[in-house]
Amino acid sequence: MSIVTIHFGFDRAAEGLLGAARRLGDELHAVVIGDGAHDVARYADRVTALAMDYHPEACLGALVPLCAGARAILLANDTYSQELAPRLAYRLGGSAVGDGVAIDEQLRVTRQVYGGKAQAVIALKRTPGVAWLRARSFAPAPMRDTSAEITTVTPPNIEAKTRIIERRKETQTEAKLEDARVIVSGGRGIGGPEGFANELQPLAQLLGAQMAASRAACDAGWVPPTWQVGQTGKKVAPDLYLAIAITGASQHMAGISEAKNIAAINIDPDAPIFRHARFGIVEDYRKVVPLLREKLANMK
Amino acid sequence: MNILVCMKQVLDPEVPARDFRIDAARKEAERGSASLVTNIFCENALETALQFRPEGSRITVLSYGAASAEETLRKALAMKADAAALVVREDDAPPSDPLHAARVLAASVRSLGGFDLILTGREAGDWGAGQTGALLAEELGLPCIAFADSLSLDGGKLRIRRQTESGWELFEAETPVVVTITNDEHNVPRIPKVRDVILAHRQPLTQFTAVELGVPEMNDYYEVAELFIPKKESRCELVAGDTLEQKVDQLARKLVEVTASL
Repeated sequence: MSIVTIHFGFDRAAEGLLGAARRLGDELHAVVIGDGAHDVARYADRVTALAMDYHPEACLGALVPLCAGARAILLANDTYSQELAPRLAYRLGGSAVGDGVAIDEQLRVTRQVYGGKAQAVIALKRTPGVAWLRARSFAPAPMRDTSAEITTVTPPNIEAKTRIIERRKETQTEAKLEDARVIVSGGRGIGGPEGFANELQPLAQLLGAQMAASRAACDAGWVPPTWQVGQTGKKVAPDLYLAIAITGASQHMAGISEAKNIAAINIDPDAPIFRHARFGIVEDYRKVVPLLREKLANMK
Repeated sequence: MNILVCMKQVLDPEVPARDFRIDAARKEAERGSASLVTNIFCENALETALQFRPEGSRITVLSYGAASAEETLRKALAMKADAAALVVREDDAPPSDPLHAARVLAASVRSLGGFDLILTGREAGDWGAGQTGALLAEELGLPCIAFADSLSLDGGKLRIRRQTESGWELFEAETPVVVTITNDEHNVPRIPKVRDVILAHRQPLTQFTAVELGVPEMNDYYEVAELFIPKKESRCELVAGDTLEQKVDQLARKLVEVTASL
């Protein structure tokens, strides 16, 4: 029985997903929607390229026959994967589980629950087991000597009751936040959009970092929702996460549990963020950040 | 338009980590001193529906949970939902099996009848499975759009805007359709007026049980094999120095050290 991976393009998440799938054993069949089939073919045993634009109902229709007979189906934790995974499991008579940080051969998936305050190991009872994973934090698969064969499939048009009539990108740069190596992030304590624009963004530029924010800052409308990191925002895995005026509630920490180093600037010495940070400073960010920018500029 | 908003009552996710305990035998969180609250994404869903509400629409709120979930529905009525229905669960813990929850909700939808638009939160603050809306759509044989943050009508057609990691997508949908709702600066739930809270307690509430709906308890989707509180506390090194200048200098050096070794 094969393991199927589903990709929307090729990125660090795809590499991690292929790595997770490879370690489950069995034949690895990768399905690619959009670009990236040739990159995926360096890791999988068999590749199907679905020549279609993303649409939830159309993709489900195309994926069901391709996944028939699979033991496990793995996806990353992007919007499309999360949207499809439970429904794909349902149509194949399987079970799904999401936001996994680990998966073993028995398809037991470790995930955070209760807003990151606890961890659960979930055992899937039906076959296929469908799991969406924080794929970026998984080690990549070894590359093959020769690329796998790519079969291109053009699914028939379906009569869908929903239609995507407009797509808009609002990213700050071309790079994905999820792939960023350095992130500067601000919370409720920043106090308003000006703090992000005038203090944090210039600092991020100096550090070559991407910007992120807590849910509170996004909900207040200070920064776009695409910046949100946490349990219900993006799950990031940078080498350095600089948390500025972020208390560090478990829901926020759930989004950065794979960060290698956390540094904190916070006025409150009892803020939970200091229990997770490797280093930090207890001080008002308004005093620290201008000085910090000066120091960093001089050190360059 | 006949709109249904599914709502779940959960253990307050804001309960501090130091007060959070696990019942190892039941593999559930202990209630302890924590309060029960409406899952935030369900409130975002209701707020989205309330703001959307076209002329002549009716908004029904539905919950599957313990008898205490009545509080969630009363609050929703106070926020100005029109009608409420509660599927009472024998077990006092909220359902952790998303397929079972979806089946109960689907049976309730059939029993209550005739919804054009069904909203759920994107996930719940307790188990956070993020599956109930999607599985409900499958149970009902309806299309589903996930992570939406606003609804509108354009020339009589339903438009649904949803978030993606890089921006957003705008859908046009025929009804009936299931939509899962995420948070946005525009759908922060309103605070009900005191008067409406009082009035909400006098409004009728339809009640039934999963057994009456003909949906048996099930336990063959997945199983919680382990539940534990991870031990992960690193010791934070606070930068030293007599003056702010010295401390920030230390901080700058450490940041450069970490980023230079990348």
